[in-house]
Amino acid sequence: MNYFPEEVLEHVFDFLTSHRDRNAVSLVCKSWYMVEKFSRDSVFIGNCYAISPERLIERFPRFRSLTLKGKPHFADFNLVPNDWGGFVYPWIEAMAISGVNLEELKLKRMVVSDESLDLLSRSFVNFKSLILVSCEGFTTDGLAAIASNCRFLRELDLQENEVEDHKGQWLSCFPDSCTSLVSLNFACLKGEVNLASLERLVARCCNLKSLSLNHGVPLDALQKILVQAPQLVDLGIGSYVHDPDSETYHKLKCAIQKCTSIRSLSGFLDVAPPCLPAVYQICLNVTSLNLSYAPGIHGTELIKLIQHCRKLQRLWILDCIGDKGLGVVASTCKELQELRVFPSYVFGVGRAAVTEEGLVAISAGCPKLHSLLYFCHQMTNAALIAVAKNCPNFYRFRLCILDPTKPDPVTMEPLDEGFGAIVQSSKSLRRLSLSGLLTDRVFLYIGMYAEQLEMLSIAFAGDSDKGMLYVLNGCKKLKKLEIRDSPFGNGALLTDVGKYEAMRSLWMSSCEVTLEGCKTLAKKMPRLNVEIINEKQQLEASPPDDRQKVEKMYLYRTLVGPRRDAPDFVWTL
Amino acid sequence: MEGTLSLLGTGGGGGPSSGGSTTGSMSTVSMEDNLVLSSEVSSSYPDESELELGLGLNCGGGGGALKSKPAATPAPRVQYARILTAKDFPSLVAKSSSSSSSSSSSSVTKANTSVGTKRTADSFAPAPNAVSGQVVGWPPIRAQRMNCLVNQMKSPATEEFNSTGQKSKIRNGAANNANNGSEKNINNAKEIVHIKTSLFVKVNMDGIPIGRKVDLNAQSCYVTLAQTLEDMFYRPTTTAIGARRSSMEEHDQMIEATEPSKLLDGSSEFVLTYEDKEGDWMLVGDVPWGMFLSSVKRLRIMRTSEANGLAPRFQGRNGNQIKEKEREKLLNGESILLE
Repeated sequence: MNYFPEEVLEHVFDFLTSHRDRNAVSLVCKSWYMVEKFSRDSVFIGNCYAISPERLIERFPRFRSLTLKGKPHFADFNLVPNDWGGFVYPWIEAMAISGVNLEELKLKRMVVSDESLDLLSRSFVNFKSLILVSCEGFTTDGLAAIASNCRFLRELDLQENEVEDHKGQWLSCFPDSCTSLVSLNFACLKGEVNLASLERLVARCCNLKSLSLNHGVPLDALQKILVQAPQLVDLGIGSYVHDPDSETYHKLKCAIQKCTSIRSLSGFLDVAPPCLPAVYQICLNVTSLNLSYAPGIHGTELIKLIQHCRKLQRLWILDCIGDKGLGVVASTCKELQELRVFPSYVFGVGRAAVTEEGLVAISAGCPKLHSLLYFCHQMTNAALIAVAKNCPNFYRFRLCILDPTKPDPVTMEPLDEGFGAIVQSSKSLRRLSLSGLLTDRVFLYIGMYAEQLEMLSIAFAGDSDKGMLYVLNGCKKLKKLEIRDSPFGNGALLTDVGKYEAMRSLWMSSCEVTLEGCKTLAKKMPRLNVEIINEKQQLEASPPDDRQKVEKMYLYRTLVGPRRDAPDFVWTL
Repeated sequence: MEGTLSLLGTGGGGGPSSGGSTTGSMSTVSMEDNLVLSSEVSSSYPDESELELGLGLNCGGGGGALKSKPAATPAPRVQYARILTAKDFPSLVAKSSSSSSSSSSSSVTKANTSVGTKRTADSFAPAPNAVSGQVVGWPPIRAQRMNCLVNQMKSPATEEFNSTGQKSKIRNGAANNANNGSEKNINNAKEIVHIKTSLFVKVNMDGIPIGRKVDLNAQSCYVTLAQTLEDMFYRPTTTAIGARRSSMEEHDQMIEATEPSKLLDGSSEFVLTYEDKEGDWMLVGDVPWGMFLSSVKRLRIMRTSEANGLAPRFQGRNGNQIKEKEREKLLNGESILLE
């Protein structure tokens, strides 16, 4: 193997795109390590505090694409205080100083300041793609910098970020010379954009494939945009409100019909249901439909829309679709692979939520289903067993019963058997979220059967330390474990401390672990950061009683020791 | 509105359950009750002989004791803020089981109702939490989604164009402009459901190092804002789910001991102030709610002693004069608020 010149090795490695493969390759021998090191193009860092930017650059000097994740997952649900961390600025600064040829940056749950965006836009000549998911800390001024300075920008994708609107004209900052945009998504922005600028931008970017508008873009503007961009593949509609008898609406209908490449539809942030028929035509070819931000579409209009979507593979919907609506989905969308049903809490006539019946119907009608997120009011073991039988291919199964400790309403039993059936049948399950009344038994099943499980979310479940231990002992591939409000304590935490170095992170909040347990763990495992989030000074600082329970603990493996940007309320033990 | 939201929460997440078997009563407060109660929240201030927690909102009215004004002005929501207790919601209390959650430091002696008077767990975004009922971060939905739905709830639920093709009021000004004047705004036209966005601002309280954020668009008036803030800063953070954890109470008591100073004795030690777009710090409550929303940048719960001699609302020192002025301002502003 050593006889191969490096160029050949490099060429061969080019075919390896997965991070795991590349990581494995770099362990073979020194020369492979070196070749791989210099040819690594894209780096994925699941926890930005696991490594420092300097070490990353030293390890892979020539990477061009970086993915970084910051806050723990439960930050999405307000369990992590603001200012906890996850700042991207140091990364951008380090890359700028070292002359990294950054082209793509994808950030999730990080704090992104306008200064970061400004520095980013000015430091990397070939910068092409910025994807921000669930980030915060920036304003439209930062976006203006990106628009102004990134001459070869192809992708600006903002998903569910908290962005402060400074009423500037950020979209107008794209220079007339910018014609390279392929993807533009600003649906999460709250403010208005200059519609004329938007139209001109779309007109000159003939490679634009993906466009998601915010609620500030009205239907008549949409019509003009679609006329300029019939090549769109992915469309997110902002405001969809108009008089269906108007000329504008008819023009829109014609424009949409020319958009024969659309495969993905989303948005409808404001909607007048009588205008929906205009999109029926494109629905025939749509494979991805996201109506989870469109509570204005429900009842019969929703059903009619779905009945046109025979090729649907991915559906994100609100639970106002009801069990009956899910039945329609089951009989219409035979190719369905991913389903997400979000709660709508809307009160009004005829808005039903979903129960186990809807899920069973889906599983019976859509055997290709492999990814599920389902918020419902109740679930039964029988239903889960049926679902497990109908769909043995889940790699992602997340069930959320709105009343977190609700048992099977028919038998009044815990849902252990139901989830047990799921893990037993779906052998490639990688991600699982539990809810409902659950005892230690469900964890026994998980430990026994969920061999590929990488991420597990537990809330209000289990009876004793045994539960957590079943999981830690059984799930060899576990990477992320997040637990809230469950009776797991120091016994479970400390039994197999080595396990945590094989995992990315562990979150435990409102459990039974005490300060003493956390301290013990931190002492035994120097390569873990064991952080306590000490809100409202629950734990008195001088000196804290070790027997106190820790409200929020987040630990993760790291190569660089305690982080220096932790705020006062975060203690690294 | 904050209270309203919590009432309108579905059975999901309702009331901390006692241990394993969740009783139905907590989770399934009927919708009718919710709607009835929601109107109560916004309109009635029954006599209270005891003093409640109250931030020193510049809401005028109210003497030392926060008694209600029986001569109810049509918009009582702009009067003083105080915590509502179970006594305000007798029907709900009657329904609720005698379950747990006595751990929260509330004057609710009866079981914790699903009225969000005492949310047993804090939240950084009251709107999402209120909808779910009790528990922080449950159901696990991102704030953006929650806001979308919460705002949806506040809008009128009707959305159809009626068959004669009348146009409803369209929120988006751009649409109106571009529309060749062919639309008509009919007075009695039904409103199209529209989704407002959230307006999160930071809130800091003197003496507490960690700030919070509150969604102002999820509030409807100063009163609900005050209630929300009181819940945030005076409630323990722990959830009270289940008797699973026997040492729960002990834990909570520990937290209570470190709570900031008592407002229970009737005088507000704190006033609520905000920084406006020009960078000046102003007392909350002077201007109509809508105007406040458009100029507020962030909030601060300031110690009265620091508030440069502004008298605390309900202490009667200089009280009368100031109160009169406030009341006048409110009455003038009322008509705007009543739109």
